[in-house]
Amino acid sequence: MDDLYREIIIERSKNPIYRGELVPHDISFEDENPLCGDHLRIDLRVDQEGIIREAAFSGHGCAISQASADLLLEYVMGKSLDDVRRMHKEDLLDLLGIELGPVRLKCALLPLKILKAGVYGVGGGSEALDEEVS
Amino acid sequence: MVDPINQFDRSNDYKKDFPILKREVRPGVPIVYLDSAATSQKPESVIAAMEVYYRQLNANIHRGVHTLAEEATAAYEGARERITNFIGARDTRELIFTRNTTESINLVTQTWGRSTLKTGDLVILTEMEHHSNLVPWQMLAAEKGLRLEFIPVNDDGYLDLDVYQQLLKLEPKVVAFMHMSNVLGTINPAREIIRMAKNAGAITLLDAAQSIPHFTVDVNEVDADFIAFSAHKMLGPTGIGALWGKRTILENMPPFLGGGDMIKKVFLRSFSANDLPHKFEAGTPAIAEAIGFGAAVDYLVSAGMDRILQHEQRLVTYALEKLKRIHGLHVLGPDSVSAKGGVISFTLEDIHPHDIAQILDSEGIAVRAGHHCAMPLHERFKITVSTRASFYLYNDEEDIDHLIKGLEKVQQIFR
Repeated sequence: MDDLYREIIIERSKNPIYRGELVPHDISFEDENPLCGDHLRIDLRVDQEGIIREAAFSGHGCAISQASADLLLEYVMGKSLDDVRRMHKEDLLDLLGIELGPVRLKCALLPLKILKAGVYGVGGGSEALDEEVS
Repeated sequence: MVDPINQFDRSNDYKKDFPILKREVRPGVPIVYLDSAATSQKPESVIAAMEVYYRQLNANIHRGVHTLAEEATAAYEGARERITNFIGARDTRELIFTRNTTESINLVTQTWGRSTLKTGDLVILTEMEHHSNLVPWQMLAAEKGLRLEFIPVNDDGYLDLDVYQQLLKLEPKVVAFMHMSNVLGTINPAREIIRMAKNAGAITLLDAAQSIPHFTVDVNEVDADFIAFSAHKMLGPTGIGALWGKRTILENMPPFLGGGDMIKKVFLRSFSANDLPHKFEAGTPAIAEAIGFGAAVDYLVSAGMDRILQHEQRLVTYALEKLKRIHGLHVLGPDSVSAKGGVISFTLEDIHPHDIAQILDSEGIAVRAGHHCAMPLHERFKITVSTRASFYLYNDEEDIDHLIKGLEKVQQIFR
């Protein structure tokens, strides 16, 4: 349990580095977790080579989903959109470093689902990830 | 100084009847079950009744002439009789078995509503409704072009009956509302709301999912036209609930689902519907579950509904007193025990309820986190989600002490 709320999860959820909105942005996508009503939006600015230069997330959610969003955006900064397309749920879970049950897994993976949906264009990414998650 | 709220008798005779409450969530962590508003636990007697059916009586009901079929039918119809008596009704033809409260309400909207209501007709609901008493009406409204109006909830968690009085001038055809809020715990003045509706010429539906399990609801006293409730929230199994309705209305309603048991005669191109209550019970019903439902009612009767209410009010008083002392904790809904059932929803600083529930789970404490199927109500209070602890007869002060300790741990982690 105490593992689940590791220092980094608490710290990142309380003092996130990438919290905010980017206006204008190149890519933006939002979605929610219907189980808990948590809502998340991710904005990206991408350069001509397709490298992510700026990223921000907004919305509301539990500590796990907030920390997950913050760690995810930190991870993808400076990476290409192709790198994002190649990301697996394990990559994000490694960043979080915690074991999660099926319900909380959805909280943790919501940011990646949204990021992929944004990068692939609406729908595509979220379907791809849904298959992976289920 | 003696703590006045610690002077209660902490013993609980009921707990021992519920086998699941003896288990541990993890080795060394016993269960503290505070989620009865979602579903109640089942006593040994209910589990045994269902087992007896499968071991000794299992047969399909109503049509068979063999011994098993006759005994199974008697057990099924016996359950109907006991549930009918339990809510003060006299006529078992008025008690229809459904899957749950949700299906009971859908039965009303899809049969009575669809055949009676016309474009422009007004349906009055409340802002505190569970999705199960919102969405069926929204679906019917979209289909028939009905208007929906809502009795507002004030900041203290009570319905605003002055606004209701004004709404009644618009001549509603239906007033449908919950007896007790599954989030705020508010016990609505059902008799008064229904009396006012009748004076305005409206048909009334009472969602009693949270009330019938916890205190006496007499159909003659509340005088609603329809009452919906679920077995699983009142010590019975999942998969079965009931719709009670006034016979004169039920008889004029078209059937709900079509199939076996709901017919008198079937021809290739037509059928005639069976008598009440079978007209609304198509197909093989949940027989074991109905028998379990009957056993649950037996348990409640022997425990005594008045004692259960007293017990829960004692727990709510105790819990509210303790929760008030937690810094940053805000309880939603009434703080007067006389108008609040055994449901306490709260927010704790800005800590997300999922995180609260997860940390409480590590202590074996089961609470619910989320919108509790009442998203519009949460919106009304300008929050998205809350944490809910709910009580039943098998809970005691010790369970609440565990909750308080658990919440202190939550605060420590998020300090």
